[in-house]
Amino acid sequence: MSDRSEKLEAALQERLNAVHVEVEDESHLHAGHAGAREGGGHFRALIVSERFEGLTRVQAQRAVFDAVATEMNEWIHALSLRTLTPSQWDEVS
Amino acid sequence: MSEPTAHARIQALVDGNPVVLFMKGHRQMPQCGFSAQVIQILDSLIPEYTTVNVLEDPEVRQGIKDFSNWPTIPQLYVRGEFVGGCDIITEMYQSGELQPQLRGEG
Repeated sequence: MSDRSEKLEAALQERLNAVHVEVEDESHLHAGHAGAREGGGHFRALIVSERFEGLTRVQAQRAVFDAVATEMNEWIHALSLRTLTPSQWDEVS
Repeated sequence: MSEPTAHARIQALVDGNPVVLFMKGHRQMPQCGFSAQVIQILDSLIPEYTTVNVLEDPEVRQGIKDFSNWPTIPQLYVRGEFVGGCDIITEMYQSGELQPQLRGEG
C-alpha cells in the first residue's frame, strides 16, 4: 500500500465516519497517461458508511468527493468509487 | 454581444440533446480509459448520442465540473438529468438500470 493511499484511506474513514474503507493505488496502471504526468494519482476506493443511507448513487459519491475536495485538487487525478451502506455491505461481504 | 458563458453553453447542450456524454477525446477515439469504458457501454445500448470533447474546450472542461458539482470526467446527462460518472454508469449497466433510463422508461 502506498503512502498516498494510506492517507486517502484515513481521510475517508474519518471524514465520512466509515465503518470500512479499502483504497487501492492504481497510479501504476496509468503511467504515461496525461493525468499521471501531471503527478495526480489514480485511486479506487470502497467506502462503507451509514452516511450513504437513503442517498442516491450520485448523492453518495458527491458526499465522498466533497469530503476529499482538497485532495482532489492537489494530488488525486482520478478516484473510482463504490459506496455502500452497512446493510448493503453485509449483503455482499 | 458577449460570448455565452460556459454555463450557458453547457445548459444548451444538455437541454438540446437527449443523451450527452462529456468526455476526453472523441467517440471514435477516447483519450482516457474511463471515457472509453462509458463509450463502450453506450455503444452497446443506443445507436445515437452526443459527445462533447472537453480536451478541446478548457472552459467546458472546468465548467462541467462546476455545473454538475462533480469533480471528474466523463459525465453523462440523459434528458437534462445528471446520471453520473464512469463508476455509476458501469454499476447501472451491470444491474440493468441504465438501458430503460436511456430509452426514457426509467
